[in-house]
Amino acid sequence: MLTVDQLDVWFGFPPDRVDAVQQATFAVAPGESFGLVGESGSGKSTILRAVAGLIDTWSGRIGVDDQPVSGTRRDRNFYKTVQMVFQDPYASLHPRHSVDAVLSEALRLQGMQDIDRRIARLLDDVGLGRGFRFRYPHQLSGGQRQRVAIARALAAEPRLLLLDEPTSALDVSVQAEILNLLADLRAEHDLTYVMVSHDLAVVAHMCDRLAVMQHGRIVEIMSGAALRAGAGQQDYTRHLIQASAGYSRA
Amino acid sequence: MSQSRDMTRREWLLSDAPQTRRQARLGAIYQGWLTFRANKLAMLGLIILVILIGMAIFAPWLAPQSPFTQNLAGRLQPPSGEHLLGTDALGRDILSRLIYGSRITLFIVGTVALIAPIIGLFIGTVAGFTGGWTDQVLMRITDIFLAFPKLILALAFVAALGASIGNAVLALALTAWPPYARLARAETLTIRNADYIAAARLQGAGPMRLLIRHVWPLCISSLIVRVALDMAGIILSAAGLGFLGLGAQPPMPEWGAMISDGRTYILDFWWVAAMPGLAIFIVSLAFNLLGDGLRDVLDPKGTKE
Repeated sequence: MLTVDQLDVWFGFPPDRVDAVQQATFAVAPGESFGLVGESGSGKSTILRAVAGLIDTWSGRIGVDDQPVSGTRRDRNFYKTVQMVFQDPYASLHPRHSVDAVLSEALRLQGMQDIDRRIARLLDDVGLGRGFRFRYPHQLSGGQRQRVAIARALAAEPRLLLLDEPTSALDVSVQAEILNLLADLRAEHDLTYVMVSHDLAVVAHMCDRLAVMQHGRIVEIMSGAALRAGAGQQDYTRHLIQASAGYSRA
Repeated sequence: MSQSRDMTRREWLLSDAPQTRRQARLGAIYQGWLTFRANKLAMLGLIILVILIGMAIFAPWLAPQSPFTQNLAGRLQPPSGEHLLGTDALGRDILSRLIYGSRITLFIVGTVALIAPIIGLFIGTVAGFTGGWTDQVLMRITDIFLAFPKLILALAFVAALGASIGNAVLALALTAWPPYARLARAETLTIRNADYIAAARLQGAGPMRLLIRHVWPLCISSLIVRVALDMAGIILSAAGLGFLGLGAQPPMPEWGAMISDGRTYILDFWWVAAMPGLAIFIVSLAFNLLGDGLRDVLDPKGTKE
């Protein structure tokens, strides 16, 4: 579904150049849920943004559905296959667009017909009633906003969803709701997930396989079961697991 | 009965879960109106401007005399029952001239306030959104315009184009846009990397669509506030051009030109210059008050959250 091969991403020019991602290589099979974990600044969100075409300074190979992509140019087909949910639901919705405007624009851009009925179904899908259709973002809570953002991503009926820390800006009870929603949607729509998170518990719950990142490099690719068992091959992975366990005890 | 109907209409407008697009839009407008109404001074400004507009529309019925009829026997009369604000050097009724002059003032302000911000919005958002060379070129042009004092540049334009009210408007519009371009560019720079722009891009939205549907709505509110606050300056610039004889030509009752006419007699017959001066002052003040109120309503960084 998604292959990333020897991906380098950098920002800035030589004296101040920052190599955010170095030689990242992984593949995600159709229907799989793949996690990217690591500390802040380890380059995990950067990989997603490069895949989505939001960063132009990268080299290596990215392929979606065996179709290579280049630069920031993506074709219509790509946008129909891949969608993204952003970290901060307060920043990812246009403050002057109502839920209705957001969803109908997304549907129209994807060339969908029968927009009224589709909006109603999208809202049902993400667990928001019809009553939310004409609200503005400032009339919604964080969790509700994230549901709208997920609905917007689903509007294209994509097969691969890039999730950039979709729950880290929400409080804990809402986090669980959104994670359950994402799990349900995946089962229902046969979606493939690539999920970025710094929360090992979230990744262990959601992902079949995951890559552990440190300083822009992938340290280890392991299975979700191995993570739940606490069996990391590398020192850094064990260190990360230990740190997160210590954090939950405290 | 009517009381309860009013209550339900109010609730309908303020509903948190609007049922239709129209209800949502009307609700948002009503919310803004409530904020605006709470500002007493802004309301005062709005009332003055509504009166001004009414004056301009109904000038032929409101004016006690023709603004052009001369009466050399009754020149430079002080304010009295017959001429409420006195007469000028040619014996024309000053009140009538002020009432007719409101049309010219509104025409100037309205046209400049339409043209300048639109040029500025377009140039500023394109520069900010595109970046790179386009940004550099557009912003250096803006800098060149900003380097001239506004009135001097307008003078040069009018001198080149010929003195008339239309050219005065054009000159003012051409000199007024650079600050709006700067403002729009600054706003665009904060917006263009936002996640909601990235999300729209991922839906396949092209640059024109992003600019018009996503960037403009967020820039327009701060521009409107800025325009309302600049209106006073535009009126004064127009009056300044009129005063210098480069705007409205006699016998048009333009307020700045009227002050200029009264200048000769300012010591002995103060009302000839003071009355149009007072009119300019009141209208400028009203626009400033309105702008302040609009800022409370429209500023996206305000207390909306």
